[in-house]
Amino acid sequence: MAKTIDVSDLDIYYGSFKAVEDVTLTMASRSVTALIGPSGCGKSSFLRSLNRMHEVIPGARVEGKVIMDGRGLYDVDVDPVLVRRDIGMVFQRPNPFPTMSIADNVLAGKRLNGKRMNRAEAAEIVERALVSANLWNEVKDRLRKPGASLSGGQQQRLCIARALAVEPQVLLMDEPCSALDPISTTAIEDLIHTLKERYTIVIVTHNMQQAARVSDTTAFFNLAGAGRPGHLIESGSTPKIFSTPDNPATEAYISGRFG
Amino acid sequence: MWSTGTATQQTSQTGRRTVADPFFAGLTRAAATVILLALAGVAAFLCSEAWPAVTAPSDRIAGGDGLVAYLWPLVFGTLLAAALALAISAPLAIGVALFISHFAPRRLALLISYVVDLLAAVPSVVYGLWGIFYLAPKLSHIYSWLADHVGWLPLFAGPASVTGRTILTAGVVLAVMTLPVISALSREVFLQTPRLQEEAALALGATRWEMIRMAVLPQGRSGVVSATMLGLGRALGETMAVALVLSASGLVTFNLISTDNPSTIAANIALQFPEATGIQVNTLVASGLALFVITFVVNFAARGLVARSSKSEGS
Ligand SMILES: Nc1ncnc2c1ncn2[C@@H]1O[C@H](COP(=O)(O)OP(=O)(O)OP(=O)(O)O)[C@@H](O)[C@H]1O
Ligand SMILES: [Mg+2]
Repeated sequence: MAKTIDVSDLDIYYGSFKAVEDVTLTMASRSVTALIGPSGCGKSSFLRSLNRMHEVIPGARVEGKVIMDGRGLYDVDVDPVLVRRDIGMVFQRPNPFPTMSIADNVLAGKRLNGKRMNRAEAAEIVERALVSANLWNEVKDRLRKPGASLSGGQQQRLCIARALAVEPQVLLMDEPCSALDPISTTAIEDLIHTLKERYTIVIVTHNMQQAARVSDTTAFFNLAGAGRPGHLIESGSTPKIFSTPDNPATEAYISGRFG
Repeated sequence: MWSTGTATQQTSQTGRRTVADPFFAGLTRAAATVILLALAGVAAFLCSEAWPAVTAPSDRIAGGDGLVAYLWPLVFGTLLAAALALAISAPLAIGVALFISHFAPRRLALLISYVVDLLAAVPSVVYGLWGIFYLAPKLSHIYSWLADHVGWLPLFAGPASVTGRTILTAGVVLAVMTLPVISALSREVFLQTPRLQEEAALALGATRWEMIRMAVLPQGRSGVVSATMLGLGRALGETMAVALVLSASGLVTFNLISTDNPSTIAANIALQFPEATGIQVNTLVASGLALFVITFVVNFAARGLVARSSKSEGS
């Protein structure tokens, strides 16, 4: 199920503004890759370029290669819609569909594939996804209630369940815990631990402890100054990056001696 | 020093607020009361002026069969013309609004929005003239074709009107008039869709149309219904265009393309009022009261429908 993503020489643009320059990075399957770096260095832009969500912003485009499973995601004959079905995404702010019930939220992506499901199948998919997202016990008695009736942390896990229900190859998470309390955060970190046995996970985080706790590989992004593009400074196994990074800027950022 | 400074600032702020708050509260309450009073005043006027027609013996009402027999074809015609108009304009307007908000490139979207807004500003008499001199003759050919080929449908039973000045033509003219209202408001509603919801759908692998069905339409639904209600209001009350276009005989029929057409309340008032005297005036006012009631009933029904469907979906 899980697939490796290879990025080479990737430039990311918003109109004429180059936000990220020349990134080459491999995100291994069945592992967690953490993207860290100061605000504005292009972590979100990079993450969104991995499932072609970047280009939904008017004027936004990328140059370079993103290869998954031997196929370039930006090849001309590749449909971005199908890419997004393979590569799920969880956003910084929980965004369940407010008018849909909890169950319908989970099934939303599944229904897009146009396949008719009977009730039993649907119920099974809902249960499996919610169990995977560690939310089942809290919502199993109110699956027909609207998604907006949950707490923020529950909503975020609902969004994770929604992304898992379509059985993606890869899961991208952009600061998934930034709006959550420590307990929900722990729940989601535990979840990431179990999910990485089946998925390739890429997570953006501002929380150094979190990166150290959940990730196998860490990639540090930085930018030289305002208006300049962000760069990948270095990447490597998380223990190494956190103990003996090659670049002094990485060391400075991790130890907090950096703006 | 510092603390005193902030303290005085705070008191002056709260001091101002204690004056401002009740002032604005009172202002808004007064505005709301004025609106309700105006509405009640209109209703009271209509009722008192219509009363003589209600109590009059039936042979004194135009047509000679009493008030109900007089009003019924008008009510029917009003509802039929408005229903035809909305059946045509609502889907079209929603399509235009979606095209502007989610499909068209920016410049084209701006251009279309501008044209649509312009359409809303055209006076209704212009639409009426356009209906008589351009649309009706064109449609009459279509009507005769319809009568020949799908005449077995009661709607198109014919014989087709030669002038084309039928209730369906009136409906088409009203559709053109309501389209800008509905589409301008729907467009605003669609543009309000949170970016986060749209991206949620796209990230699940939705095509643009699927994204619209998942994120844009559900959150815009009540707004679109409100927009349609405003359009309906215009269609129900439109006077000049219908009075010009429709050649009415006062018959109650679902045959949309023949020379026998029911009139609408508003057009009927406009056409009859100049020559009306005595009880005839009261009869016309009674028809106005009927229009007033229809507008209310339709509005409440639509709102109830929205409230109920959103509740059933939520639970
Ligand atoms: N929609 C957009 N249009 C134009 N420029 C943008 C847009 N989104 C981001 N940028 C620019 O791209 C650069 C990278 O932004 P990005 O959101 O990827 O940073 P980030 O590393 O995720 O920051 P943060 O940690 O604050 O989320 C920034 O300079 C930002 O101003
Ligand atoms: Mg970001």
